[in-house]
Amino acid sequence: MPEILDQARNQVLENGVGLDEAGVLAVLNLPDEHLPAALQLAHDVRMRWCGPEVEVEGIVSLKTGGCPEDCHFCSQSGLFTSPVRSVFLDIPSLVKAAKQTAATGATEFCIVAAVRGPDARLMKQMREGVAAIKAEVDIQVAASLGMLSKEQVDELVDMGVHRYNHNLETCRSYFPNVVTTHSWEERWETLRMVRESGMEVCCGGILGLGETVEQRAEFAAQLAELDPHEVPLNFLNPRPGTPLGDRPVVEGKDALRAIAAFRLAMPRTILRYAGGREITLGDLGTRDGLLGGINAVIVGNYLTTLGRPATDDLKLLDDLKMPVKALSATL
Amino acid sequence: MTQTWCDRCGEAAAVGAHDGCAAARLLEPPRFCAHCRRRMKVQVLPVGWSAVCVEHGEIRG
Ligand code: SF4
Ligand SMILES: [Zn+2]
Ligand SMILES: [Zn+2]
Repeated sequence: MPEILDQARNQVLENGVGLDEAGVLAVLNLPDEHLPAALQLAHDVRMRWCGPEVEVEGIVSLKTGGCPEDCHFCSQSGLFTSPVRSVFLDIPSLVKAAKQTAATGATEFCIVAAVRGPDARLMKQMREGVAAIKAEVDIQVAASLGMLSKEQVDELVDMGVHRYNHNLETCRSYFPNVVTTHSWEERWETLRMVRESGMEVCCGGILGLGETVEQRAEFAAQLAELDPHEVPLNFLNPRPGTPLGDRPVVEGKDALRAIAAFRLAMPRTILRYAGGREITLGDLGTRDGLLGGINAVIVGNYLTTLGRPATDDLKLLDDLKMPVKALSATL
Repeated sequence: MTQTWCDRCGEAAAVGAHDGCAAARLLEPPRFCAHCRRRMKVQVLPVGWSAVCVEHGEIRG
């Protein structure tokens, strides 16, 4: 057994203290032959500190495309030649999407908009949309609307949005290579206000943007410092027309190493499979990740791309004897 | 109506290989109208998607 896994067994499994940056890097650098042991340990940590339940979520795009920012991985930036066009979802369709999501057994419904931050029109739509969902659907509502002012944070709390997603996307040192229209620190500031407001913080990122293994470890350590309630882990799905459109997808084994390492850095967080898992891991790898630290999934489609049918994921969870977290458990 | 254009990359369907496009389309909605090559307004939903061409109307999947 490599020394880092022995150390993690004591520190993370027994005492619930996450690995630091150097420890995460050591896990990310483990040779293939030790990957199964790392995944098993990460799974044990998840079972010990989070339990067997899996949190299921659906997401929907309220405003797609035409974003003024330049995140190099994103097909929704209006600054690239991506074929994604601007489109708004109406409130009845939003409520229908929430109903379909709840019907899968999901307890979380996240409303997402491709914006730098919300304007008055979007906040008004959110107010109407969230109220309409709450009146008709038994599901928790989360939001992801970019950078917020303090007033907007308070407004979202007032609407009953219980969790806010704002991804740091990558580590601080690599961020300027990926985004030039705003800074990592601006994102951190929104996260700080969200935390202070009492909303749950959801913050993750994308692996495979061209960051080094060291920078992946740096990112895990920075997320651990933020200590989010949830960390969505995406793997780059290179989008046509974006600056990262020709990048290779992350190797399956590297993705699994990252899942184990992020779990060992954050023993108590909700670590969610988000975009890109289908092309990076396939069916077999998806299963390995759920047995290697992941304890939450996005079911159904993503914002601009499609996922596996929700029934496939629910069947897999059933096979793995992992119960879907019930709404009562989240309140 | 004939499918003149690749609905993923927007290039002529009869020119070049679009196997990669077809494979990608399993996990993506169409982006270009196959009849006129216009970029469509596409809304992805948790279940399904819709794509609208101003000239040729809506398709769903
Ligand atoms: S801010 Fe969000 S929607 Fe806009 S380009 Fe960046 S990732 Fe895409
Ligand atoms: Zn094509
Ligand atoms: Zn058309």
